[in-house]
Amino acid sequence: MCNVRRSPFAVRRGGSSASGQRPTANLFLLAVLLALAACHREQRSIAPTAISAARTFPVRVNNPYEGNAYAIAEGQRLYEQYNCSGCHFHGGGGIGPALMDNEWIYGSSPANIYTSIAEGRPNGMPSWGGHIPDYQIWELTTYVRALGGFEGRVATASRSDEMEAKRAEEPKK
Amino acid sequence: MKWSYKPKDINQSAKGIACCDWVNRGCAFANGKIFFNTLDGKTCAVNATNGQEVWVTQVANMARGESITMAPLVVKNKVLVGDSGGEFGVRGALTALDTETGKQIWKAYSIGPDADCLIGPNFKPFYPSDRGKDLGVTSWPPDLWKIGGGTVWGWISYDPQLDLIYYGTANPGPWNPEQRPGDNKWTCGIFARRPDSGEAVWFYQWSPHDEYDYDGVNEQILVDVPINGRMRKVLVRAERNGHVYVLDRTTGEVLSATPFVYITTSKGVDPKTGRLIPNEEKSPGFGRVVREICPASPGAKDWQPSAYSPVTGLLYIPHQNLCQDEEGVQANYIAGTPYVGANVKMYAGPGGHRGEYDAWDPIHARKVWSIRERFPVWSGTLVTAGNVAFYGTMEGWFKAVNATTGDLLWQFKTGSGIVGQPVTFLAPDGKQYISVLSGVGGWSGAIVPGQLDPRDGTAALGFVNAMGDLPMYTTKGGMLYTFGLP
Ligand code: HEC
Repeated sequence: MCNVRRSPFAVRRGGSSASGQRPTANLFLLAVLLALAACHREQRSIAPTAISAARTFPVRVNNPYEGNAYAIAEGQRLYEQYNCSGCHFHGGGGIGPALMDNEWIYGSSPANIYTSIAEGRPNGMPSWGGHIPDYQIWELTTYVRALGGFEGRVATASRSDEMEAKRAEEPKK
Repeated sequence: MKWSYKPKDINQSAKGIACCDWVNRGCAFANGKIFFNTLDGKTCAVNATNGQEVWVTQVANMARGESITMAPLVVKNKVLVGDSGGEFGVRGALTALDTETGKQIWKAYSIGPDADCLIGPNFKPFYPSDRGKDLGVTSWPPDLWKIGGGTVWGWISYDPQLDLIYYGTANPGPWNPEQRPGDNKWTCGIFARRPDSGEAVWFYQWSPHDEYDYDGVNEQILVDVPINGRMRKVLVRAERNGHVYVLDRTTGEVLSATPFVYITTSKGVDPKTGRLIPNEEKSPGFGRVVREICPASPGAKDWQPSAYSPVTGLLYIPHQNLCQDEEGVQANYIAGTPYVGANVKMYAGPGGHRGEYDAWDPIHARKVWSIRERFPVWSGTLVTAGNVAFYGTMEGWFKAVNATTGDLLWQFKTGSGIVGQPVTFLAPDGKQYISVLSGVGGWSGAIVPGQLDPRDGTAALGFVNAMGDLPMYTTKGGMLYTFGLP
């Protein structure tokens, strides 16, 4: 296992959220997982340019990883590792809403999705801000955008496992 | 309307820890009070005459992924309440609360040391494999029992003569069985306990080291019937693993275990040891996709309670006919999020129909007749002294059939799919009525209210793969229908 490096932008706000409706699902053991998640095969500096903007939501922010195939692949890995797939499955939804359809309760822009993940949502979406590094929230955002069909096909990962879900672009059966 | 009551301060985020839609299986009435549970883990007692709140007790802890969906049972001034959250790494338990004050009287965990499970000197399981010290710890890898499931979200029965309560324990977690070698006691089994103290009297494990989410929580039908020429006090259980069991309810001995659906996951029950014989070819695990797992994870029959008619001597079983493909993946424990480790896709079992409604003879252990339905028969059922059996379909048909022959007598199309329980009652006007709720949902029906996307077959733990066409047959609902004879 590699060392856990705490990036300076990983620590985010304490307890409050813009909406005041912070969900209560606690993520006790995340720290343990973080140790795993923070292992990068590739060390590189990722400039979190949009972070300060995100604090003054709802100002529109840009996704630093839009169209970035590496970030989408990392987002996909984190999506499984952090149990997003346990609630949203592979885009079709279940406990949480579908993420591959055209309906977005809280909006589909990168800033909207970032906020959904970072701050959580009142009807059962846990908040991940402060528990996982910010760049990972952007990677997850980019992957969720890819699930929704917003990222170009060239950048999105092709899954090889046999249980694979169909792509958002394909017709419903 | 006479009155309505809504508990205060309901925590909406509980919706995120409900594995299989936002459901509630009913309430109980006793001592002038109505008792029911909320998804966010409360038990509420309400005055039945005026709707005033008597007490509210927080039983389940949401921060640990615990919720409540079951219908409580009142036995001797105790409200018995079990928990949900078997897909969230909780430690299942049954709690007894005082009907008058809501204070906890005892709590029996489903896993962990004997003391926590209220297993003491009076515990006498029938089979040797269930005897030994702290099996609720030693049949698990170190510490994994603490997040091992065994929730109590199904039905509780009480035999006042024997003074025993009976209830099942749900699946072990995570689903991926390779992460938890061992028998994983006391999950996927049935406990007989004393209602006063909670102490365990016997236990039997339907599915030791369950590999398929075959929760052992279905209803138990308590009847006294002749078996091999001798009257026996039995407990009949149509179990998720595909067998109808007849147990001696005084001892926990298996008198018969007979398949009622197509099964690939096991090869019968050993008559000597009482142990289910697993089919290793169908073991899911890391890095492989296992095909044709039958029955699928919701089992041969899920929550939907069957009914017994003393007139025909038959058991009426609403159930599903589903198989699945499954791939094991790593399950990570993060409190408050799913702890499953499996990708699943379900589909119709042999015959292509997804549901069945069967009449079963428990004495001779055989199917008498069977009705095929397009979708899983996810409603409870009711059989009357007038020899009529009622059930609902997920398309919304409410059906009445001849209890002897299964012939359709009458049907009515309700506004939504039926996943509730029909009841009958004698009204003050002296007439008998039948009522049923119509409003599709639950694990099988989640695709409709949740607007899930059928392009992802793994959605809703893989049930969506089998239910992609349901939205073409029905829409959301929430209506109560009452029928009477002209
Ligand atoms: C415990 C279950 C659960 C987990 C784990 C979970 N979600 Fe959610 N998620 C939900 C629920 C429930 C909602 C809907 C909340 C609401 O309506 O208020 C939701 C909403 C969302 C939304 C907003 C959808 C919309 O239509 O606007 C996004 C985006 C999202 N989740 C992404 C994620 C990601 C990424 C992860 C992993 C980091 C994740 N979720 C983990 C349950 C979960």
